[in-house]
Amino acid sequence: MNGVHDMGGQQGMGAVQSEKDEPVFHEAWEGRIYALNRAMRAWRKWSLDTDRHALELMNPIDYLRMSYYERWVVRLQAQAVAHGLVTKEEMDTGKPAAGSEKATPPFTLATSSRWLSRGIASSHDPAVRPLFRVGQRVRARNIHPTGHTRLPRYARGKIGVIIRDHGVYIFPDTNAHFQGEKRQHVYSVRFAARELWGERTSPRDSVHLDMWDDYLERP
Amino acid sequence: MDGTRRCFLKAAATAAGAAATPGLAHAQGQGQDHGHDHQEVPSDLTLRVKSLESLLVEKGLVDRPALDALIDTMEHKVGPRNGARVVARAWVDPAYKKRLLDHAPAAIAELGYTSGQGEHMLVVENTPKVHNLIVCTLCSCYPWPVLGLPPVWYKSAPYRSRAVIDPRGVLREFGTQLAEDVELRVWDSTAELRYLVLPERPAGTERMSEEELAALVTRDAMVGVAKVALRQPGDSL
Repeated sequence: MNGVHDMGGQQGMGAVQSEKDEPVFHEAWEGRIYALNRAMRAWRKWSLDTDRHALELMNPIDYLRMSYYERWVVRLQAQAVAHGLVTKEEMDTGKPAAGSEKATPPFTLATSSRWLSRGIASSHDPAVRPLFRVGQRVRARNIHPTGHTRLPRYARGKIGVIIRDHGVYIFPDTNAHFQGEKRQHVYSVRFAARELWGERTSPRDSVHLDMWDDYLERP
Repeated sequence: MDGTRRCFLKAAATAAGAAATPGLAHAQGQGQDHGHDHQEVPSDLTLRVKSLESLLVEKGLVDRPALDALIDTMEHKVGPRNGARVVARAWVDPAYKKRLLDHAPAAIAELGYTSGQGEHMLVVENTPKVHNLIVCTLCSCYPWPVLGLPPVWYKSAPYRSRAVIDPRGVLREFGTQLAEDVELRVWDSTAELRYLVLPERPAGTERMSEEELAALVTRDAMVGVAKVALRQPGDSL
């Protein structure tokens, strides 16, 4: 979706503010909500892609106003209810419904190493054939999906060159919406900065994006 | 922005949020903050998260020791010191550097760094003629096993918006001046590939040990917003 999260190339956001000796978490609640988000995803009721999309669905004014981890609070509350792990009433009252059965968490100290090493599936799958090859000129398709996508607006319609085939990955545009993994090749595509941003940028500079087969076409 | 305008925006945001995303609306904090020009943190977040955690524990959905371990990992086990050791090893061991550039995850795992968000990695090398910069314009993708969780600026709107359209300007804000004849390559982490910059080894470090070299390597240099410099003892990462 053409959301506010798709920030590449936007102007007027100001200078980058770097903090010296920044802690990993600024406040204890940030660490807790980070861990809660990861532990709750272990129920496998939703994927990382679905979680990314949940942030994109936030009201844009909230998205810009809230800190990074505040968005994670709002997201986890919404995901837990939307995917049936917590009822809306339980979330509102903060108490489990009377007589509800206690679950057993999938993510515990005993299982954590298995969960954390599971990671992202292998990118090697000879059965999935690439539609493009290294060295080929390609155009990023001019598409505007209303759901989740990892094709940023600033690259759409632009021409680049494939410099690397990364192998096979789950397609987020379908996976985020529970419409299947649709595994396909992902490539590193090099776009000249001038192709993206015009004549005022350096002729030497480039931007590389990782792109699935479904984002590309022959120019 | 003055308080009146902020409150207006906040009320508008809450109303619009309630209309557009009913599932999210109940979670909005009550506005009680004034006078901030940046993103604000409502004071009730500590309570909200505590209440959420208690509910999830009581329902048996999460396990507190496992949560503690996740936080401990991020605060004490992963972080830029890991990446610095990878960089220093690559500087002193050409065979390791080749393995790192050819197949980063395996080379990084050789040093024992194997946690999540580093399964598929690419290390990009800076040279006198090429400089690399890492960003995630769409969210906050970052190579956790070697750098830990990203700093706030990496996840911020200014960095995400400008790193692709004005990378040289962003570098200048970090005190990094790139010569005109240097090629700047930006890597936008749009898929499950995670990137790490292999910075240039600074001149004058020929006699340093691998450990001394690792102490020079900063997080900013491995993201590509800075170069590695000889530093005074006590400088922070």
